[in-house]
Amino acid sequence: MAQVGNGTARPVLEVEGITKTFPGVVANDNVSLTLNQGEIHCLLGENGAGKSTLMNMVFGLYRPDSGTIRVRGEEVHFEDSGEAIARGIGMVHQHFQLIPVFSVAENIILGNEITKGAFLDLDTARRQVDALADRYGLAVDPDAIVGDLSVGEQQRVELVKALFRDADILILDEPTAVLTPGEVDDFFEVVESLTGQDKSIIFITHKLREVLAVADRITVLRAGQVVGTTTAETATQQSLANLMVGRDVVFRVEKAEPDPGKSVIRVEDLRVTDDRGVETVSGFDVEVRAGEIFGIAGVEGNGQRELVETICGMRPAIGGRVEMLGQDTTGWSPRKIHELGVAHVPENRSKHGVVAQYSIADNLVLNRYNHRKFSQRGVRNTAAINAEAKELVERFDVRTPGVEAAIHTLSGGNQQKVIVARELTGDLRALVVAQPTRGLDVGSIEFIHRKIIELRDQGVAVLLVSAELDEILSLSDRIGVLYRGRLAGTVEATEATREELGLLMATGAQS
Amino acid sequence: MTTVENAAGIAGTSSQARLDRQSVTGLVFGFLGVALIVGVAPAISSSSRRFNFEPPPDPAGIGFDPPTWVTAIGVLFLLTAALGFAPPAARVWASPARLLSALAVIPLVLVLSLALSDNPSTNIVNLFNESLVLATPLALGSMTGLWCERSGIINIGIEGTMLAGAGIGYMTYATIGDAQSTGWLWFSILISVLAGGLVAALLAVLSIRFGVNQIVGGVVINLFALGLTGFLRSEVIVKSGITTGVGTSEFGLPLLSKIPVIGDQVFRGQPIYWLMYVVVIGTWVVMYRTPWGLRVRSCGENPHAAETLGVNVVRIRYQSVILGGLIAGLAGAWFSMESQARFEDNMTNAAGFIALAALIFGKWTPWGAFGGALLFGFSRALGTRLQFLGVEVSGFEIPSEFLQALPFVVTLVVVAGAVGRSIPPAAAGQPFQRSK
Amino acid sequence: MNGVGNANAGVGRAASQVHRFLNEVWRLQPLYVSLYAILLSFVVGGVLISIIGVNPFTAYWALLRGMVGGGDQIAGSVARSVPFIGSALALAFAFRAGLFNIGAEGQLLAGGVTAAFVGALSWMSDLPGIVAIPLILIAGTMGGAIWGGIPGVLRAKTGAHEVISTIMLNSLVLFGVRWMVNSRDPVVLRDTDSTVPRTDPISETAVLPELVDSQPTLHVGLFALVGICFVVAFLLNRTTFGFEVGTVGLNPHASHYAGINVNRVIVASMAVSGSFAGLAAASEISGTNGFFQPGTFFLMGFDGIAIALLARTNPVAIIAAALLWGSMLSGAPLMQQEADVSIDVVRIIQAMVLLFVAADAIVRYLFRVRELDQSPFKATSIEGAV
Repeated sequence: MAQVGNGTARPVLEVEGITKTFPGVVANDNVSLTLNQGEIHCLLGENGAGKSTLMNMVFGLYRPDSGTIRVRGEEVHFEDSGEAIARGIGMVHQHFQLIPVFSVAENIILGNEITKGAFLDLDTARRQVDALADRYGLAVDPDAIVGDLSVGEQQRVELVKALFRDADILILDEPTAVLTPGEVDDFFEVVESLTGQDKSIIFITHKLREVLAVADRITVLRAGQVVGTTTAETATQQSLANLMVGRDVVFRVEKAEPDPGKSVIRVEDLRVTDDRGVETVSGFDVEVRAGEIFGIAGVEGNGQRELVETICGMRPAIGGRVEMLGQDTTGWSPRKIHELGVAHVPENRSKHGVVAQYSIADNLVLNRYNHRKFSQRGVRNTAAINAEAKELVERFDVRTPGVEAAIHTLSGGNQQKVIVARELTGDLRALVVAQPTRGLDVGSIEFIHRKIIELRDQGVAVLLVSAELDEILSLSDRIGVLYRGRLAGTVEATEATREELGLLMATGAQS
Repeated sequence: MTTVENAAGIAGTSSQARLDRQSVTGLVFGFLGVALIVGVAPAISSSSRRFNFEPPPDPAGIGFDPPTWVTAIGVLFLLTAALGFAPPAARVWASPARLLSALAVIPLVLVLSLALSDNPSTNIVNLFNESLVLATPLALGSMTGLWCERSGIINIGIEGTMLAGAGIGYMTYATIGDAQSTGWLWFSILISVLAGGLVAALLAVLSIRFGVNQIVGGVVINLFALGLTGFLRSEVIVKSGITTGVGTSEFGLPLLSKIPVIGDQVFRGQPIYWLMYVVVIGTWVVMYRTPWGLRVRSCGENPHAAETLGVNVVRIRYQSVILGGLIAGLAGAWFSMESQARFEDNMTNAAGFIALAALIFGKWTPWGAFGGALLFGFSRALGTRLQFLGVEVSGFEIPSEFLQALPFVVTLVVVAGAVGRSIPPAAAGQPFQRSK
Repeated sequence: MNGVGNANAGVGRAASQVHRFLNEVWRLQPLYVSLYAILLSFVVGGVLISIIGVNPFTAYWALLRGMVGGGDQIAGSVARSVPFIGSALALAFAFRAGLFNIGAEGQLLAGGVTAAFVGALSWMSDLPGIVAIPLILIAGTMGGAIWGGIPGVLRAKTGAHEVISTIMLNSLVLFGVRWMVNSRDPVVLRDTDSTVPRTDPISETAVLPELVDSQPTLHVGLFALVGICFVVAFLLNRTTFGFEVGTVGLNPHASHYAGINVNRVIVASMAVSGSFAGLAAASEISGTNGFFQPGTFFLMGFDGIAIALLARTNPVAIIAAALLWGSMLSGAPLMQQEADVSIDVVRIIQAMVLLFVAADAIVRYLFRVRELDQSPFKATSIEGAV
């Protein structure tokens, strides 16, 4: 742990009384924060607490409604991020801001181009990138095309990009979301070494463990307001969680012993390619029995998306088979699989889960609109659809003014509840659920977790795919790790340890 | 543009289909090769034919025997086909072979045309020169599209922009220069260029400032230009009585035009034709070798990433679209002051859309687009030449419409990804809103 | 005092009624934007007319009389508008499926030439009108549907964007039909007795009954195209197929997830779309021209885009928008004749209408119209093209 200043902490960045509203939302409400020279300052908060908004203002992408930002004591009003960069601020965004078809060098120099006369000087750029990479131990190949790089490599490019601009205030927005537990440790070493070279770092996260591992000081945001500033020495996971959520948080989900029945989902030697034609699922096997939750852990991009889509009929397999309820469902259409009693809560809510402009009612019947109940001789029965919707909204506690409101007017949590309500209705035999609580507040997370466990207790086979290890650990009865498109190992949830799973996620091998 | 990928992704089957593209191409070449050697070569007369390099009398040229050439090209096709299925070590040659075979289609067409014609010879230097000249507005138009789309703005209003340039330029020339004076001619060409820039600025304001769908913006431009130039023609040009005049004149490039045989044909031309080369080369240099070009390309690929690096996406897009418009204006001037010295309603006659096709054919690169423009120019020049030569296949003349339609078919095939898929800039068509 | 109080109450009631009325109107705001856009365009056109030294009111008065100045003018205007309904529907329907069909022009040509071919078949004259007329209309519809279906298939199977492929197909079919009606050796469809390139005249039995002998002829095709608008409105808003089309249009990924066969909907939507253009072309061939000429449908595809946008892709509103469009074109010659103003002014005004409708922010700003609904023409709602 880096030492907190020796009593002469020098602030390099002071944010004072910042307020920022978007139509209908107060994203930041009178937020203040100080970053000292050479420290790692964690900005902790739930999804939607306003962390990224705040930092986007510091980086000049947004402009605050009121409040002041001072960099090294000087008040600044950034019109764009170019001005922030000029002041030595660098930001690594949660969603990488890279241009896939450009080379690493081109990505790095964009906006601060090195020129010889009127022309680009890519040779010098290459040399400078190599020098930076050496100095900070961030290996990148300047000539590689960014689109071909792994997520970890892309993150290094982002860091070099900031360092290339001589950033000494680095903002890292959820940098560990895409890394394995092992890579996270390496990443922390890089971060610590940066502070050794006089860089000051704001580290945005919602993961308590990371905060305690890396932070010097911690600021907690809740619903756009600062609810506390503390140090890593004095804070505990529980105290931080309570601050972050605003009430006591139960870490463990209550659930009964599993009572698994016969096999419901069986996947054998499945092979699938992604959109670019790269094989991302290569020889995957799994069996999920009735009345159990099988959790699939793993770093994102190891084939989770393709696996789930193939099981649910949305993507063709190039080899192997999927069997559900004793039938070979390989190559079946999504509709046919759904009619079999297999529900699917998709990973990407806005892309697959809802039609944003449609009403809540239409979204609630999105995959049943053609059922006899809702459509007669090809003509829709709006009355029946609305009646069904009213009932589901009630039962799943969706907070909405009415079922005819467009679904994009709801919060993420309520949208997810609509999806869950739709999927968990009917005569279910199996449930495939991917990243069910991503980006949700703690209340919605608990609600959805309870619903999943309820189903399992009713004898539904549940396949849970999640990048959140905590979610996997607390819900699953058995846990498998997906590593490079294969099941790297299966462990009973009662015996699983974070360390063992982390190793599996990083190397695909059991210790 | 994501939708293109998406639709294919949803189809699910297409990714496998694409894996086999090489073999499909191989099969096609194999089939063509066999057909040429077994079917075509024996069927055509083996009387000697000549490609001339200069006009009569007594032109330089080469004589040839059509069946031999057809067989040779057939063999090339077969080799290409074989390489497609060859062991991986030999496959490095597959791609150059495909390119060579694709290029060989041009001599093949020429050889066949001459073999099927009553005439024993034709001047091919002159044919290529005609192709280049006819490609001028198409190449310029495709550079317009390139600048716009590489910055993220789709421009289907190239046609209208050209037309406005043509109409307003000629109107200026007719009203203040009586369509005669050389000095005013150049001034009018400048006005054409500026008019193009102004029309493009309208598209830029609509799509950038007002977030209007870019396709709709392009349609507005096309309808507007058609109405405006029609109005100006009937209200100004016709009423002035000067409906035709003197256009730009040819000149030879120093030294080069003195080269024997071809010099006077190839290195003589009119000014906008020469400017076309300057624009194409300039586009390539600026887009790929300068910081500004890098920024333009970044705006067309991922404007939000560019924004985080302090690139002013909105300004770059305005600049690129207006630059594109200036180029389209020059293309317009070619119609009304170089190719002819007059203005007619709808004079550009879909050249803007052909330019767009050339751009897509050329996979959004300057040289590719230029190549596409040349292909369209060539097919038009060849169409005229075939009628002139009286080429007949089993008693029927080959309609020039077929040859003119051919490049569109090729482009359609390219767009559909059957041969070398054409992928547009990732952010083309997506409106960009600056973060607040 | 009392009287004043009552009066105040009355004013208050009236005000609240006005307020309620306005709220109702605001709900119909898209219509308001369109009306303002038309008004604005005529103002711009008027300025242009003044510049060439003509009193715009004189010109517009002539234009108005040319449009609706009498029975013949009205009938002519309506007749001129009929095919626009089809080409606008072609855009509007595909638009609901998230597709930008700018190939109506090609689909009109394909439908027109098919209709003319079938209509001129020798055995058509042996058939009674009740068979021959539906046959020629179906032929045109099929021609349009096939030519519209091709970009649909390309989009579904290869991902080729329909904007690009329809542009290519427009040119292709144009070259094709030009050759068909031009070529004398071999004779394909050319009427060899005619001095201008056109197809043989269609059989008498395949001619749509005339309603009014106006210029151009107002014929029964009007009912077919107006009827189709209502059918489409019902189809899109009330049926499961309409729901599928709309879902695919708004979110193809979610549609795929929800079990809708996205590719089938894309192909079907493009084919249906093209069929409207084909029907319009057939009704023109059958009811107005009696033969096919390549120039007949020049610009009609692009006009269709403008009309569909003016009507905010609402199938019923398309009828009104098409009427406006067609009657302006129909009235323009009188304006030229009486006020000596080039008919191209109408073209400019129409482009301005499209501009102001598309850039509704300008109109909203100028007329202080609140933004209430999501404009369907904002770039965001149509995913990137080309």
